[in-house]
Amino acid sequence: MTDPKSDKAPLMALRNVSQVFHTKRGDVPAVRDVTLTVGAGDVLCLVGESGCGKTTTARMAAGLARPTSGSVEFEGEDVDTMDSRRRHEFRRAVQFVHQDPYASLNPIRSIFGTLSSPLRRHGLAKNRAEAWEQAKALLERVDLTPAENFLPKYPHQLSGGQRQRVAVARSLTLNPRLMIADEATSMLDVSIRVGVLRTLTRLRTELDVGFIFITHDLAIARYFGTGGKIAVMYLGRVVEYGDAHEVIDNPQHPYTKALLAAVPDIDPDQRHTHDPGLRSVDIPSLTALPSGCSFHPRCPLYREGDCDTVPPQLAEVSPGREVSCHVVAGDAAERDGAAR
Amino acid sequence: MSALAPTPGIPRHGLFYRLTRNKVGVAGFVIVGLLLLMTVLAPLFLDSTIPGDAQATWQAPSADHWLGTDNAGKDVLHQTLLGGGTVIYVGLGAAAITTLIAVVLGSLAAYLRGPIDSFLLQTTDIVMTVPQIVLLAVLGSFFQLTSPTVLALLIGCLSWPILMRSIRAQVLSLKEREFVEAAKLLDLGTSRVVFVEIVPNMAGYILINFIIAVTNAIYALVGMYVLGLAPLAGANWGIMIRKAWTYGAMSLPEGTLFMMAPVAMIALLQLGLIMLTRSLEEVFNPRLSEG
Repeated sequence: MTDPKSDKAPLMALRNVSQVFHTKRGDVPAVRDVTLTVGAGDVLCLVGESGCGKTTTARMAAGLARPTSGSVEFEGEDVDTMDSRRRHEFRRAVQFVHQDPYASLNPIRSIFGTLSSPLRRHGLAKNRAEAWEQAKALLERVDLTPAENFLPKYPHQLSGGQRQRVAVARSLTLNPRLMIADEATSMLDVSIRVGVLRTLTRLRTELDVGFIFITHDLAIARYFGTGGKIAVMYLGRVVEYGDAHEVIDNPQHPYTKALLAAVPDIDPDQRHTHDPGLRSVDIPSLTALPSGCSFHPRCPLYREGDCDTVPPQLAEVSPGREVSCHVVAGDAAERDGAAR
Repeated sequence: MSALAPTPGIPRHGLFYRLTRNKVGVAGFVIVGLLLLMTVLAPLFLDSTIPGDAQATWQAPSADHWLGTDNAGKDVLHQTLLGGGTVIYVGLGAAAITTLIAVVLGSLAAYLRGPIDSFLLQTTDIVMTVPQIVLLAVLGSFFQLTSPTVLALLIGCLSWPILMRSIRAQVLSLKEREFVEAAKLLDLGTSRVVFVEIVPNMAGYILINFIIAVTNAIYALVGMYVLGLAPLAGANWGIMIRKAWTYGAMSLPEGTLFMMAPVAMIALLQLGLIMLTRSLEEVFNPRLSEG
């Protein structure tokens, strides 16, 4: 899954990372053996339903949680074994935008206070006047204008969309190389969502910031992931990976197909034609995962034999597209065989 | 976004409005303010040595001595007016020390966890278990506890564990908030995250507990005087009660005022402080100020 364009190490690489939470009801394997890479200025969308491990994956990439096994590499270096100088560099280069803009801003600090403390702390602004100018520029970058009006305000004086823009501006204070946005737009009103998405897209193209973008909304993944990759997750594993538009326009894995079929259609006549064809609607519990392929109890392509016994691995089914499914991979292999 | 810019809306209630909307709280401010004013002004107008008149002991109230005289013929009113200084000084000083120790140790213990947390918790257990009054009695018999600053330090260093525990509990919950995680992501450093991002969120709670610590310190101090654990030098409300007790003021009808005046002043000061916290709650708890 390494980027063929360049020989150097990717900006961020997750190598076979797993995260197991130990709870009273047993171990919960939230993320299992995930390998993903993001290059500078690239975008990777993680999609999947609630509880599929996308947030946990993102938190491990951001260094907010340590993987139980596997490694997180930043510019080819394992984050866990970095010396303290490199660690600080990593900390500043990788920023995280939280889902809830109501919780992620300190209620007792003004917007200027929130933006200026990292600037002052890391010597990017030498005095208050410089910090003020830079904070103003940051707010303008996220389309909060006139910036002077917003700087002295407190979070409770702002709307959700404005707060989320402030949160994005804050994560930009240290000129990050990679931004990880965890459902950064899902708490926002639909009308504001597009504005924030547009701002983020502009940051990506103008500042060459890499993005890991987490969402459960496929329309947003398609919009934001333009030119990037999508990884579809199910019960802690990546089940399909490929170019954003390819995956959404031509899904290969039965789970991706079901996910896309679940998107409601605006046309009322079309509403009932989208039958995902699932054999069961219940998501299995993470504490009692099905044997073999975790998706097999629900999978419309299920066939006895390997599906319920052997966990499938991600395999390339067509150039740049990887799917973790015995049936799809088998068909692809047959096709290849026939072509030869 | 200009259409979504914040509208001016209803003007927010100012600090003064919220401080003054609770009548009980305002009364508390007035009481404490008057007592502080009295303590500051009295030494300017009255002779703080309070000369006694051996010929006029245990006098009933009169035009010369509004509250009568004590066993040494000293004016009770003068003693009462002058006697607040030490009590208030020690109360504020001890409370400041207690609060400072509790906030610093409590927040660091909760934020850092691990061995530091266990060590600090063990320390609070030990300090809490030591019977304060007995320790003060022992110290009082070894050292001359004449300096009010030493008294404040002693009381302050013994009473922080309970507040430390509740600060720790609050920080344990606050530090899981996302804005703290955001501050960590920006590599702001432990002391900044704890004392700039987290602790100010508890400002109201800390201030109210500071006031409560003042009342507790005053009780501890007066208790020390009444039990004779601190030297009876000068005149303050605690010493007055002690003297009234040793010289049998309660058996003399003329001595009643000598006994009751300092008790009334202490009770008034404590009442004022407690009432004042009501207004502070109003300021710091936005939910109360809504209604």
